[in-house]
Amino acid sequence: MVTINRAGPVEPHGGSTAGRRPSGRLPWMLVLPALLGLAFLVLPLAGLLVRAPWPTLLERLTEPHVLEALRLSLLCATIATAVCLLLGVPLAWLLARVDFPGRRLVRALVTVPLVLPPVVGGVALLLVLGRRGLIGHSLEASFGITLPFTTVGVIVAEAFVAMPFLVISVEGALRAADQRFEEAAATLGASRWTVFRRVTLPMVMPGVAAGAVLCWARALGEFGATITFAGNFPGTTRTMPLAVYLALETEPEAAIVLSLVLLAVSVVILAGLRDRWVSTP
Amino acid sequence: MSLLARLAVTRPAFELDLTLEVAPGEVVALLGPNGAGKTTALRALAGLTAMTSGGRIDLDGRPLHTLPADRRPIGVVFQDYLLFPHLSALDNVAFGPRCKGVGKAEARRAAAALLERVGLADHAAAKPRRLSGGQAQRVALARALAVRPRLLLLDEPLAALDAHTRLEIRSQLRRHLADFDGVTVLVTHDPLDAMVLADRLIVIEHGSIVQQGTPSEVARHPRTDYVARLVGLNLYRGVADGTRVEVGELLFSTSDRLDGAAFVAFPPAAVALYRSRPDGSPRNLWQARIDGIERHGDNVRVHLDGPITAFADITPAALAELDLAPGRQVWASVKATETHAYPA
Repeated sequence: MVTINRAGPVEPHGGSTAGRRPSGRLPWMLVLPALLGLAFLVLPLAGLLVRAPWPTLLERLTEPHVLEALRLSLLCATIATAVCLLLGVPLAWLLARVDFPGRRLVRALVTVPLVLPPVVGGVALLLVLGRRGLIGHSLEASFGITLPFTTVGVIVAEAFVAMPFLVISVEGALRAADQRFEEAAATLGASRWTVFRRVTLPMVMPGVAAGAVLCWARALGEFGATITFAGNFPGTTRTMPLAVYLALETEPEAAIVLSLVLLAVSVVILAGLRDRWVSTP
Repeated sequence: MSLLARLAVTRPAFELDLTLEVAPGEVVALLGPNGAGKTTALRALAGLTAMTSGGRIDLDGRPLHTLPADRRPIGVVFQDYLLFPHLSALDNVAFGPRCKGVGKAEARRAAAALLERVGLADHAAAKPRRLSGGQAQRVALARALAVRPRLLLLDEPLAALDAHTRLEIRSQLRRHLADFDGVTVLVTHDPLDAMVLADRLIVIEHGSIVQQGTPSEVARHPRTDYVARLVGLNLYRGVADGTRVEVGELLFSTSDRLDGAAFVAFPPAAVALYRSRPDGSPRNLWQARIDGIERHGDNVRVHLDGPITAFADITPAALAELDLAPGRQVWASVKATETHAYPA
């Protein structure tokens, strides 16, 4: 299961929880790089806050094109997450519960989008679902459906990139869940579908929720695959990350404002994850 | 309505092969040491462990082994109860009937009635983590009975309870099992649970049956060292000739008369210990070395080594009087009237 490490406060000596730790001086060989690392992670975010145009913030936030990008981002990320849940949870179940030949290979394939550069993902999507793509061609010929450079295309790109987060999280939860409960349900007359619906799914719900949140966050921040597969059209495919990138060249202050919004969303998600799901046993 | 089964399961380094015949209303306990295959047998009956070819289960004359677990008319009480943590006690009990297609309201009514029967009407809304061990056990029993099984399977039903709760739940469980008219098979490693709950004991060692009979038969005439230890008897294999049984180099006089291969059994409390060879001519006398001494209830259990290994139970006063310590040589004797022999 994907877990998020919580950086707890460092308590060198005498802290209430430090009772069992060996006391002694902290090795600077570790502490110094650790502090540098912390600064490296935090300073850019602090810079964002320092340079933010606070007086005009509200005004800029309510500009139509900002609201439009924000609305599009939230909508696409949410639908993409729903799609991932619909497809990813069964996929995770298959990987965790059904012993089929080539399962290890399938699991490896599922995680490929996780490590693949998103731009490459976007190119791959174009080759398959593009207007001249393997499937996209017949989609357009038979049903008149065009995916690339549409809002649906944004959703497809986001789902492609974000689904592995959900699958890995849910599969981990499924593996950790005690399968004897499923056996108990079977002896009570539950079919495998009923077992999944009434026993397995409720028991792995924290894992599903954590996976969905990670998936949503990843979809919200998606840039590479989106711009490659769906393009950058205001109102239909220009999501927040794309708007940030674009604004950076013309009006940097707008880029900062947009970035702040995305940062706020991330922080809220982390806080939510921490309190509700990640810390539950 | 009855159970007729040949349970066959083969695993690396383990083979289970036993034949069961259980009458309706009868409670059979599978008793055996850890790893004997008791739980595997139960899982095979439930359809949770696949059997090898040759395995066969017939319930009321209909084959059961061809059905998956969810299609068998069974109820299982698992060792850790495995109550669904996200459902209330009531919904746990209603789960089975719901799966069998009973409507929600009716399933809940039936579940409430069952909870009432096991004395937990007040805890219907409680989640399993709010229940005590004894309460969880009763919910598990109610859940298993809710599907109106023809075959009730209980895996170590009392093992997870503390001593006090166990006493109470044991007698309640006995009452519920007496009310149940189907076949009951329970698995336990505790001889007391087995004797109190079951009409018949089947002792399993290394995947096969080594002894079966009513609790009193098994308790009086153990046939393996494991059973003898369980029922607290010293047991030896010998050759009988009238009222005498030769066990190795010792000759035991017994109150029973038989010929040929025989078992000799006597309780540890019947063994008397002496520092020097007793006067007169007590029979069944041998010289032994003390191997160990431990508390045993209110008494002291002395482990004896020598021509035969045996346990002797004596009072702490006798221990002090005889000044016994490990390594000492003592004389041990047991009365012929307390020495029982039966055919091996």
